[in-house]
Amino acid sequence: MAAYTVPNVLVTTEWVASHATDAGVRIVEVDTDTTAYDQGHVPGAAGWNWTTELCDTLVRDIVPKDKLEDLLGSTGIDNKTAIVLYGDNNNWFAAWAFWQLKIYGHEDVRMMDGGRKKWLAEGRELSTEKPKFQKATYKASGPDLSLRAFLPEVQTVVQKKSAALVDVRSPQEFTGEILAPPGLPETCQRGGHIPGARSIPWAKACNDDGTFKNYDDLKSLYGAAGVTADKPVIAYCRIGERSSHTWFVLKYLLGFQDVKNYDGSWTEWGNLVGAAVEKP
Amino acid sequence: MKPEDYSRRQEELAGWPVTIETYKLGEVYHCTIANVDPGARFARADGASREEAERQAIEKATRYLAQTRRFPVG
Repeated sequence: MAAYTVPNVLVTTEWVASHATDAGVRIVEVDTDTTAYDQGHVPGAAGWNWTTELCDTLVRDIVPKDKLEDLLGSTGIDNKTAIVLYGDNNNWFAAWAFWQLKIYGHEDVRMMDGGRKKWLAEGRELSTEKPKFQKATYKASGPDLSLRAFLPEVQTVVQKKSAALVDVRSPQEFTGEILAPPGLPETCQRGGHIPGARSIPWAKACNDDGTFKNYDDLKSLYGAAGVTADKPVIAYCRIGERSSHTWFVLKYLLGFQDVKNYDGSWTEWGNLVGAAVEKP
Repeated sequence: MKPEDYSRRQEELAGWPVTIETYKLGEVYHCTIANVDPGARFARADGASREEAERQAIEKATRYLAQTRRFPVG
């Protein structure tokens, strides 16, 4: 079995249990359900709220650079800190945070394989105490927009077929049977997918325990759909967090050089007046 | 603290498969419900007992799921 292209980007739950409070290491939980952190978290872990701390709360955009610098500084993170992210839903928003940290040039970012799900299932220690951190100074670089796709680029890709578009939503969202995952609010006007996109749901990259599948299985999964490292790839979902997860897999586990996350995703495309939509 | 009495199971609510995860931390039971596909947590509740936490979470989940519309395909 081949190894991941960047294997040290993942750490195990066991590693986190042993190193969570090491100097130079900061564990951070980022959840879809922003209350999950309060229901118990890895002892010593910080909690970031994606709805307020990892985005621009005025304009629809990723977190501004100065706001990220403040967040990292107040979490006691400097430019040398190893940031280990984890969260619910098999690390959806942990991947979202990972993607943004890479956009702003943080060197050492890792993900706890299996996320909150595996930590809980293993019966590991939980804390409800919010740790206090000594403020640090953080200087972000970037943004590195080679990791991010915007609408005009996706429109060009649709016309010229110049990249593989990967829709990582569920099959029912892809076909337009539903407009949002069951139980969540509908946030688009039309259902379906971007013309030419291939359906490879994010969850296919994971094992039942939440960990990532091995290199060979991942390569087969994407290769079978014609998504290979020799051509550019753009991943999208509904709001950009599930596609961050797939972006992470393609970029760091499979080593694709040219892969972008289209965070505008279906909530942008599916609300555009006159945009072409493919169904099913 | 370690989580106690952890359980994870699948059920169908309002016609949708969901995963119900419950554990006790300290004196509080925490229950969260996620759709099976794509796997997003969308309802949760806390309670003094497993039954109370799950009942409240299931009530919320059922209400939210009832608002999910299905559209004809093809």
